[in-house]
Order: sequence, then C-alpha cells, then structure tokens
Amino acid sequence: MYRKSLAYPYLIWAAIFIAAPLLLIVYFSFFKDGVFTLHNYQKFLEDYYIEALIRSIHLAFVSTVICLVMAYPLAMILSSRQMTNKEIILLLVVLPMWMNSLLRTYAWASLLENNGVINSILNALNVPKVQFLYGNGAVIFGMVYNFFPFMVLPIYNVLCKIDRSLVEASYDLGANKITTFRRVILPLSMPGVITGMIMVFMPALTTFLITRLLGGGKVILIGNIIEEQFTRTRDMGFGSAVSMILMLIVLGTLSFMSKKDSLDKGGGLF
Amino acid sequence: MTDKTIEKDYIIDLKNICKSFDDTYVLNGISMYIRRNEFLTLLGPSGCGKTTLLRIIGGFEQPSGGEVYFEGENIASLPPYKRKINTVFQKYALFPHMNVEENIAFGLHIKKLDKKLIRKKVSEILELVDLQGFEKRSVDSLSGGQQQRIAIARALVNEPEVLLLDEPLGALDLKLRKGMQLELKKIQQKIGITFIYVTHDQEEALTMSDTIAIMHEGKIQQIGTPVDIYNEPKNAFVADFIGESNILSGMMLRDYLVEFQGVVFPCVDRGFGENTPVDVVVRPEDVQLVSEKEGMLSGRVESVTFKGVHYEMMIRTDAFVWTVHSTLMSKVGEITGMVIQPEDIHIMKRR
Repeated sequence: MYRKSLAYPYLIWAAIFIAAPLLLIVYFSFFKDGVFTLHNYQKFLEDYYIEALIRSIHLAFVSTVICLVMAYPLAMILSSRQMTNKEIILLLVVLPMWMNSLLRTYAWASLLENNGVINSILNALNVPKVQFLYGNGAVIFGMVYNFFPFMVLPIYNVLCKIDRSLVEASYDLGANKITTFRRVILPLSMPGVITGMIMVFMPALTTFLITRLLGGGKVILIGNIIEEQFTRTRDMGFGSAVSMILMLIVLGTLSFMSKKDSLDKGGGLF
Repeated sequence: MTDKTIEKDYIIDLKNICKSFDDTYVLNGISMYIRRNEFLTLLGPSGCGKTTLLRIIGGFEQPSGGEVYFEGENIASLPPYKRKINTVFQKYALFPHMNVEENIAFGLHIKKLDKKLIRKKVSEILELVDLQGFEKRSVDSLSGGQQQRIAIARALVNEPEVLLLDEPLGALDLKLRKGMQLELKKIQQKIGITFIYVTHDQEEALTMSDTIAIMHEGKIQQIGTPVDIYNEPKNAFVADFIGESNILSGMMLRDYLVEFQGVVFPCVDRGFGENTPVDVVVRPEDVQLVSEKEGMLSGRVESVTFKGVHYEMMIRTDAFVWTVHSTLMSKVGEITGMVIQPEDIHIMKRR
C-alpha cells in the first residue's frame, strides 16, 4: 500500500503515451472538423477494406495454426525428462528474437528475392527461378518465422509444470500413452496453448511490416491500410476508425480466449 | 507338490530385484512374496528403497535385474496400464481439470463401461469412502483428507487385485491420520484385496499391517507379523527402528547365558556358539525398577519425563544410559536397581 507512489512514473507515462493517444484515436474516428460523424466507419464497409480485414484474419489464423502444429511437438520433446541439451534447443528457438524483427525480415526479403541469394544458387545449379515473395505464402512464412517462439515458450512452460504423478496416475488407471495425452496432458496444457495462440495471432493480425517487405505491396492487410492512412493518404479520421475496429476485434478475441482459458483453470497470460 | 499349493496363494512374487540409478544401488537383491488379501507394509527410513520397490511393482520403474511375478506371470517389463494393479499416490495426483465423478470414472471410461453402470459404481465407491453426494464437487474444493479418500476411491473403483499406497497419509495431521489408518484397514478387510503400503512411520505400520517388511539400504532386514517384529527383532537396526530400544554390546558365553555390562544374565537364546560377541536388545518397558539391593544392575536416575501413560527415565550405569519406561516414578538423582527377565533379553548377531 505505502509503496503505491513507486507506480506514479509509469502512471504518468501511461497517461501521456497510452491513454491520450487512445482518446485522440476515438476522437478522430468520430469527429470531422469538430462535427460528429459516422462517415469514417461507413467508409470501412467498402469491399476493398472488408476483404483486407478478412484476409488479415485468415492469414493470421493460418500462421497461428502452423505455429501451433510445429510448436506443440517441439515443446513436448523439450519438456520430456529424458531430453538432454534442451537448453541449446531452447536457445536456438529464442536466439532470433535477440535481433530486431525488421532486420530479420529484411534478411529474408533479400534471401528470397527474385534475384536474391537463393535464386542465384538455384540459377547456378541450372534450376529455374522460383518466385518466393509477393504472395500469401511469403507473408505466412514471415509471420510463422517471426512469431514462432511466442508459441513454443508458453506451451513449453505449461508442459514443464504438469505434475509427473498425474501422468503416472493416468497410466495407472489403464490409459495408454495416446489416451493419457488426450485426456490429461492436452487439457492441462490448454492455458499455454491459448496464451501462445494469442501471442501469435495478435501481432500477425496487425502486422504491416511483414506484408510490406515480403508481400511486396501485393498483399494488403488491415495493418497496411492503417499505415497508409497515416503516412500517405493523411486521412487521420479513417485511419483512426480502422484502428478502432481492429482494437475491438483484438479485444473480442482476447476476452473469448481468456474466458476459455479460465474454464480450463490454468494460469495463462491474461 | 506342497510348494505349488503355497505358491498359488502368492499374488506377487519378487525374485532378486535390483535397481540402480547411475552407479548407486537403491535395491539390492530383494526377494519376497506377497499373499492374496494381505495388508503388507514396506517400512523403512527415507532413502531405504521402499518407494522404488513399490514403483517397480506398479510398473513406473523398470528393475535393473530380477523378476516380478504377478499371479505366476513375469510382468517386469509390462507398462503400468496393462497391470491389474492400482496406486494411491503420495500427493493424491487427482486430475485438477476434472470433478470428483470424472476423476473416479477415469479408469471406467477407459474400459468403456456403460454410462449408467459407471454412475452406479461411482456412487457406490463414494459411499465406501464416506463421501456420498460429492460427485459434482471440484477437486480443489476438498480438504486434504477428502482428496485422500477420492484418490483411494479412484483406485478401488477399478477393482484391482492389488492396491499400492505410497505414504498416502503423510500430508494429513495426526488426528486425521489415526482415523484414516483405521478406516483404510476397514476398507481393506471389507473388499478383501491385497494392499501394499509404504510408510516410514513405524506406529502406522504396527497398527495396520498383517505383515511388515522392514527395509534398510536397499535390502529387506526382516519380514514378519507386527508382533513378531516388535518382540523378536532380527538385528539391531530393526530393534532400533521399531520402537525404542536399549542396544548394548555383549558376549554370548554359551547357550542360555549372556554377559553384558559386566553381569551374567540367563536368557532364552541359543545357537550362537561359545564366547561370541553379540548385540543385546532390551525394550524400555521390559526393564523393571527395584530397590538397589534387589537389582541385577544399578544406576543413577538422570532424567524423568512424563509421557502420559508412563514415565520415561534415563538411568546411567557405569558404561551405558538406559531408557526405561515405567508407571512408577523415581526421583532424579536416586540410585535404583534394575531387573530384566530372561525372555525379555533379545540376542542378535553382531552386524
């Protein structure tokens, strides 16, 4: 109680850099020249924008599923007791995060370009060039690559904490390995899975960097539209409205996921 | 032929079980059998290998050597889910994402029993452990004692031939533990299956068991009924571990005659040879206090502690401090005589 004052610096920070911008976004989205209007929201209903939104959700969802499918087995192997040198593999998972994601994505762009490193090698081997970039595939690849650690770590954490005797109890009661996984390990690891899904889905939904660098301006996601409104078109009102819509989607997803999380009685992230 | 008929009575037969982790031996040649419908306790100090032995019977550890026979069949390499054995774990290991009914029905669902039958069995077993109507409760909302009963119910509902219990009462308070001891014994007699119980609490073992196996340093020191083990400990470790004891070094002069503390005592043991060094064990309650003149030994009372039913006195003789339990109180500083009856002197081979 008496140490509350220590939180004041952050509170001031939060007021200036989080609360004030949020209020401004709300204001810009609803007011044009000081007059209340829903024009900005109506504009969003055009096909072009709705399609971008659906595409964003679609790509983010696909990336999340790919991350989950790859991360769960890895986390299981890492958390098993027989596993030696698990530190090294964990380090390999985390290592890319030490570098700025912009740099990493640039690196992939130059590797995968039509005249990039990989195509040069293919060329030298007399294999025809492959167009890696500028499509949904490249964007999904970039998302999976960038956000994969955020899926592995929470699942790994939860799996490590599962009491070994629960697994033994399941075997004891006649369940074989598959049934034990289905009925004990998987449900107990759900908090980690949900946290991981949130931590991959959210940044994937809102990214504009990955689409810009690996999508080459051909894959337009909702993040790119917002960026465009603030940098090129200078339509602050519309940009704010799209941001509001995106925030509502994020909030909705979060509350849905965390409700599911609390049903599973786990200590997830939220 | 007679051997065969006896063996039919064995449900579990362990042959020369060894287990080593890295280079240290945890179990060192354990051979024993467990009879049908018996309440057997593996008793020993922590680190003696009793839990490892239980885990080998349950299938959670593979022995490094030896055979585990279950109803005449070697099951040493069979995984736990293929054994007709169920376990009550030390910390209960109830599934936190399931309610009481789902926990208990876990094994029955795997056997794909009819839903109605499952519900009936669950309510019957809850009645057995005295928790009727707890089906829909969450596991977290139960007290330690209640969780314990659910863990027992979850194991028993599968109608195993053998129930393994790994220090199941360790986390309960003293009063609850006493109550559960009697209850467990009652349950075992009622359903008539084999219980193998691991504990380090000698009183618990004496109260509940038909047979006690005392373990120390990966070996079985003695197997017998509680009364036998208490009255006729085979060696000084057993004597010390089961109840309090005065353990002295002595010399077996010849059959029925032993010398210790510079005094020759008649005893009832024989077959040690002549002038053999031995360990002598005398229980504190077997020392009778008499006046100094009448005593075979005499010593000074060093301390007196009231223990409820009796007084515990420390009595110093020339080279030894005796622990004596008596309902008569002596005063500190008093010189008192001690008498020990021949049948109360237990002679053991020097270890």
